[in-house]
Amino acid sequence: MKRLASSVVVALLLTVFSAPAWSDNGDTLKAIKERGYMMVGVNGDLFGFGKADQKGVWQGLDVDTARAVAVAVFGDLNDRIRWVPLTAKTRFTALQSKEIDVLTRNATQTLTRDTALGLNFVQVNYYDGQGFMVPKALGVSSASELAGATVCVLPGTTTEQNAADYFRSNDMEWNTVTIESTAELAQAFYAGRCDVMTSDASQLAGLRASAPNPGDYMILPEIISKEPLAPAVRHGDDQWMDIVNFSVLAMINAEELGITSENVDEMLSSKNPKIQRFLGVSPGNGEALGLDEKFAYNIIKQVGNYGEVFERNVGVNTPLGLERGLNALWTNGGLMYSPPFK
Amino acid sequence: MNAEQLHPAKSHFYNDERFRAVIYQLVTALLVAALGYYLISNVQENMAKQSIASGFGFVDKEAAFEIGESLIDYSAADTYGRALLVGVINTLKVSAIGMVLTTILGAFIGVCMLSSNWLVSRLGFMYVELFQNIPVLLQLFFFYALFYEAFPGPRQALNPIPGLFITNRGIDFGVPAADPVWGMVIWVLVGAVLLSYGLKRWATWRQRTTGRQFPVFWVSTAMLLFLPLVVWLAGGAPTEMDVPVLSGFNFKGGLNISPEFSALLIGLVLYTASFIAQIVRAGIQSINRGQTEAAMSIGLKPGLVLQLVIFPQALRVIVPPLTSQLLNLTKNSSLAVAIGYPDFVQVAGTTINQTGQAVEGVALMMMVYLSFSLTTSAFMNWYNRRIKIVER
Repeated sequence: MKRLASSVVVALLLTVFSAPAWSDNGDTLKAIKERGYMMVGVNGDLFGFGKADQKGVWQGLDVDTARAVAVAVFGDLNDRIRWVPLTAKTRFTALQSKEIDVLTRNATQTLTRDTALGLNFVQVNYYDGQGFMVPKALGVSSASELAGATVCVLPGTTTEQNAADYFRSNDMEWNTVTIESTAELAQAFYAGRCDVMTSDASQLAGLRASAPNPGDYMILPEIISKEPLAPAVRHGDDQWMDIVNFSVLAMINAEELGITSENVDEMLSSKNPKIQRFLGVSPGNGEALGLDEKFAYNIIKQVGNYGEVFERNVGVNTPLGLERGLNALWTNGGLMYSPPFK
Repeated sequence: MNAEQLHPAKSHFYNDERFRAVIYQLVTALLVAALGYYLISNVQENMAKQSIASGFGFVDKEAAFEIGESLIDYSAADTYGRALLVGVINTLKVSAIGMVLTTILGAFIGVCMLSSNWLVSRLGFMYVELFQNIPVLLQLFFFYALFYEAFPGPRQALNPIPGLFITNRGIDFGVPAADPVWGMVIWVLVGAVLLSYGLKRWATWRQRTTGRQFPVFWVSTAMLLFLPLVVWLAGGAPTEMDVPVLSGFNFKGGLNISPEFSALLIGLVLYTASFIAQIVRAGIQSINRGQTEAAMSIGLKPGLVLQLVIFPQALRVIVPPLTSQLLNLTKNSSLAVAIGYPDFVQVAGTTINQTGQAVEGVALMMMVYLSFSLTTSAFMNWYNRRIKIVER
């Protein structure tokens, strides 16, 4: 018995010691290629950003962002991604502990998260702001009338803190109801457990679109915060961060250059040196990132440029019906701006 | 005994069993220590490499998040340390009330199951089978949904009796408005409880020495009722009530019991009671039938048979498994996160998310639950020792 116990301890020690403890520059890409698929943390409950449709196919802006990264790495999308639905509370721990390779889950970039949490945020894929949604029957038309209200909010989010800041600075009393699962929280809100639901405006649009009676709810005009939503990776692997960053930027750059999934093949014969470099006709970019020279071509061909991805998932013709607003190209008065691909 | 055993042949020290035992233990202890050291240093090194913050410095920083309900003053401007304290108190609140209620309900149903009345005993068994076999998380979801789906909003509140309002925001009811007399009444009540206990000991002593009985129950009840009443009357009989009033979106004033707390409490109590009922039934059935017959044959009334002969013996069987059920209730209370009751796990989870310090946060959670459990089992072990068979 004793011998058994000590051999178990020894075996345990060996397993622990032999497991790789840390990933350095380049390790993430190597591990993903060896594995044959990428592990992605997504929302799972958020219509328009990350949610499986009735056929079980994942859809959304964040989902397509992750697809762009996978295409950049593998050149195809044949079962290259394992989706890991995460709650707001579990998302960062999952990334820190290497359960996922990249987090595309409408996470707001903040100083603390970028430093003390050991994460690196890359190019923002949606510029958002926090708003309030109320039932029309409540008879409220402005957030300043919300004193004394009961507010539904997801725990562990920036919105939870922003709302606390907002009510504090306006000297208004309030009560919170915090439930970890978005679906459970939304159900409590629709049933009237809270007067108000607060979250990022895009998220509210998504929740309203999936409400039992979307017409019964309205989003108040006030936007009380800045929420730059961006994909995140772990500290310590700069190459992987560059790959994720330039995968997102490639979609923006393609829109700037007027390249879409439909015309990308014609663009291969373009005389424009910027387009030639971007699509890998004149090589260099791929090698610098440690990827195939065609990575940007593959992204645009198989996923689309940023404008296409936006309109397909959250644009005016979707149930969310969001305008481009801050997410338009800089040339159209928005904030989307890509550095040169050279 | 033969000579060889008295004077064993000299052999090498490593063949000595006692020596070997010590060596084995030393080696095991060293291995465990090495493993612990490796794990801790590995975690520290990796966190430093990823530049994840470490240490418990965060408890002094501003939490900046609100907590739904709290027994102590708390606002978003307080520290993480205070937020965690609010969580601990919320967990203690639901566990302490839950333990008392579930023990009473469980004992009641356990006795029902043994009832000679067919209907009562079948109902007892049905209860146990129903609640024991549905996962407690589902029961929590059910009771929570029941609360917010079945009851109306504050503006259409149910008002069955004056001062009591039932809404999907919880149960609001009037409480006596703050008055120093109420403080005195509570102290007198505590005094009356202590007096009753003393009275019972005195009555037992008197019965042992003189054989005469004393109506302890009736005298104690009278004391518990009338002493506080006298003080209340002497204090000017304050009748002012703090009644909840609808103002804006919600009721203000009075006392509010939230749907989250109610659902959690009801779910935990009903679930745990089904196990306790089985334990109580088994405990009573474990007592030999001859004990009942013997007690009856010396002329004890049926109530006294249960009180003086059966229960004291059954308790010895009941208490150890009851302890583990009460511990289970405390541990299951962490399911509160699913229905939004701000217990310790929820507050600690939010803290971990805001600060990114999962290792410290999880260590804190383990420490808190470990100390809850150890305290409960220390108390129950003390009680178990007190009721075990006294050798005379």
